[in-house]
Amino acid sequence: MAHRDGYTAFVSSGLGKKLATTLGLPQPVALRRQVPGRPLVDGPVLVGGHGDLPAVAALRDALTGAGATLVDEVPDTGRLGGVLVDLTAADGPADLESLRATLAPALKRLGRCARVVVIGRDPALAGSPAQHAARRALEGITRSVAKELRAGATANLVLVADGSEAAALGTVEFLLSARSAYVDAQVFRVGKGVAGAAPGDRPLDGKVAVVTGAARGIGAEIARALARDGATVVCVDVPSAGAALAAVANEIGGTALQADVTSPEAGPRILGHARTRHGGLDVVVYNAGITRDKLLANTDADRWASVLDVNLGSILRMNEAFLGRDGLRQGGHVVLVSSIAGIAGNRGQSNYAASKAGVIGLVDAYSADKALQRRGITVNAVAPGFIETEMTARIPFATRELGRRLNSLSQGGLPVDVAETIAYFASDAQSTVSGNVVRVCGQSLLGA
Amino acid sequence: MTSTRRAAVLGGNRIPFARQFGAYAEASNQDMLTAALEGLIARHGLAGERLGEVVAGAVIKHSRDFNLTREAVLGSSLSPTTPAYDITQACGTGLEAAILVANKIALGQIESGIAGGADSASDAPVVVPEKLRRKLLRMNRAKSSTDKAMAALAFRPTDLGIQVPANTEPRTGLSMGDHMAITAQRWGITREDQDALALASHHNLAAAYDRGFFDDLLTPYLGLTRDSNLRADSTLEKLASLKPVFGKGEGATMTAGNSTPLTDGASAVLLGSQEGAAAHGLKPLAWLVDGETAAVDYVTGDEGLLMAPAYAVPRLLARNGLSLQDFDFYEIHEAFAATVLSTLAAWQDQEFCHDRLGLEAPLGAIDRSRLNVNGSSLAAGHPFAATGGRIVATLATMLHEKGPGSRGLISICAAGGQGVVAILEAA
Repeated sequence: MAHRDGYTAFVSSGLGKKLATTLGLPQPVALRRQVPGRPLVDGPVLVGGHGDLPAVAALRDALTGAGATLVDEVPDTGRLGGVLVDLTAADGPADLESLRATLAPALKRLGRCARVVVIGRDPALAGSPAQHAARRALEGITRSVAKELRAGATANLVLVADGSEAAALGTVEFLLSARSAYVDAQVFRVGKGVAGAAPGDRPLDGKVAVVTGAARGIGAEIARALARDGATVVCVDVPSAGAALAAVANEIGGTALQADVTSPEAGPRILGHARTRHGGLDVVVYNAGITRDKLLANTDADRWASVLDVNLGSILRMNEAFLGRDGLRQGGHVVLVSSIAGIAGNRGQSNYAASKAGVIGLVDAYSADKALQRRGITVNAVAPGFIETEMTARIPFATRELGRRLNSLSQGGLPVDVAETIAYFASDAQSTVSGNVVRVCGQSLLGA
Repeated sequence: MTSTRRAAVLGGNRIPFARQFGAYAEASNQDMLTAALEGLIARHGLAGERLGEVVAGAVIKHSRDFNLTREAVLGSSLSPTTPAYDITQACGTGLEAAILVANKIALGQIESGIAGGADSASDAPVVVPEKLRRKLLRMNRAKSSTDKAMAALAFRPTDLGIQVPANTEPRTGLSMGDHMAITAQRWGITREDQDALALASHHNLAAAYDRGFFDDLLTPYLGLTRDSNLRADSTLEKLASLKPVFGKGEGATMTAGNSTPLTDGASAVLLGSQEGAAAHGLKPLAWLVDGETAAVDYVTGDEGLLMAPAYAVPRLLARNGLSLQDFDFYEIHEAFAATVLSTLAAWQDQEFCHDRLGLEAPLGAIDRSRLNVNGSSLAAGHPFAATGGRIVATLATMLHEKGPGSRGLISICAAGGQGVVAILEAA
């Protein structure tokens, strides 16, 4: 999809850059995005932190193997591709100094679209108030640093479980890579478990994935990303979108299934298709969604019900099939699409916000489900912010410009940015990542 | 090769049919056939695959479309190593294509293939009058300037004009509707019966759409999601108000409401052996059991133009040891409502069955509740070569829903006094 953000192109030009600097206007840069053969990270990655760096120790070899050059000091020349700060050993506020000491000299030496990844532990599992405070402090630091970064750089926090540091490999790789271009100031929780396998180029090889709403926009991009990562993709959309759906399915060598997700047969039909055609089902991405915007005072029962049914009710019904005994295979992944509106709320979108906040509720419920945990099924969600789609292209100019710029990267994300995060959740390398709701919003100011 | 095996219908796809000069006015046969193939490929996950062959055709064809099907394959997501060829048997093209592919599968020559067809009544080839054509060719042959000038001088204003293909029989000069009117009169088919059949076609097709029957059979095209000819709210009163357009005088019963309109569209059917199906993770919907083609002498007036299926069906039944009543579904192509009714009348007629078919007893009546239960050409429209594919895929899906042991009969009449019929059985 073409980037329709003319402003970013303008301020990247000589005149535009000068003008933007003089007037103090936002200066977005074209973000680094994944292309085949691109190195994991552009430039060396500085590692540092507190104590004996347990997480860095667990990840060092694998990251080096994945092509990252880890350095312990800021090199004399050149730009850093990223900084990896390990605070997993922090026991109190005083230990946070090591984070400052690592980051301060590095921030001025970051390259374009560099990555800051802070690794810590879950505050809820802290052994003392001081430890709890220090762990919680990491979120504040990461979010602040993300706002200070320039030129497409991002900062994110990964919380790892004691003894399971190596399981964070896939997450750290994702955050260092170009795949996380529009993921900024987010907290990722990695659970207890064995070391995640290195994701590699085709982490979804042999997997069968279903994507609802796959005919266009973000859904089509999700289907492309999953197929690129090796999955066989069943593309689902309403019959009226069949022509675009067929084009997507044929482009990625998947199959097209025309179905209304609100129909009671949708779940069994999709599951039956995946099982008979492809032998089973491993990944479900609930992307299908609609908006029927009106101020709540003017929202009739139809607008209310249709949005809740398509965006939320259909998921509950389809999950009866997908999470049933003959549904997802062992170690399957469910990825839902929430929205920033479900977190921050949005004027004129009470029905939509209800459905998208409800999706977060589903993530909480399913990820806590012991039976699903025993089957190794992970459930996560992405919450897109302002993404450049046909839908956002219809927003009036001024509102659209505001939406685009009100984030730390001063630009809208692309559908592929959402798709990359979903593909990350869909990989077996993330078998210990469940219950996360990650915003793909460039650190939007809304609801932050 | 001595043994044969069964060939299955694995699935189908068509684009919604559009009335002439409607949504597909700018679409060519190749565009539409490619679209039908793309939907079929997507539904069955065939992108990049090499199939045994693709067989399709168009009745009204541009000279540039000499390799229509192969060109459509090259423009599709199938592997470019998939061979293809064109056939034409008027309105029997689609069904004949399916029989041909099924026969190759039965013989073990191929594992899977696609049969289809497309026809545009809008994007019709335009031909110049014969006199002008000859003069143009002569000028093209001329080498010297003098010869060219001489050839140019031969043109006359009266040479100008274009000819659009007409729906008339070359040997009788009568339109298909006029032929049908003669047959309808011969069998005493009433206006009321024709209108009732047309109404049922519209209501049945609309109901099929409403229950999602076509979700696995159709892919929208150029903004159309349903057949544009479909009138879900049609009534007997509305149909009765239309003036006859074929036949003459008092006995004229055929109207625009009980005759199929000129239509644009395309369809495709995926066929395969049991092994070929399994290779794609597909389950057979129905077996294409057998097919038969017949032709009648309509030129001398010995038989009606569209009555050939009345002869083909009894031959097919006899070969398969079946009676006309041994079917759960009857798909009789509604070229005109009167075509269906004349055919059914003939099969119930002692004299016709004895004298013409050489049968001891009439074939008898059919259970009309099993006839065209999801609508047919009167409602969907009839892009000539695309109708066979529409019916084969529709019937195979119906048989699959009905379950093992169910059986369906297809009957399609065609220009030139021909008819193509086939038997499908649930897999």
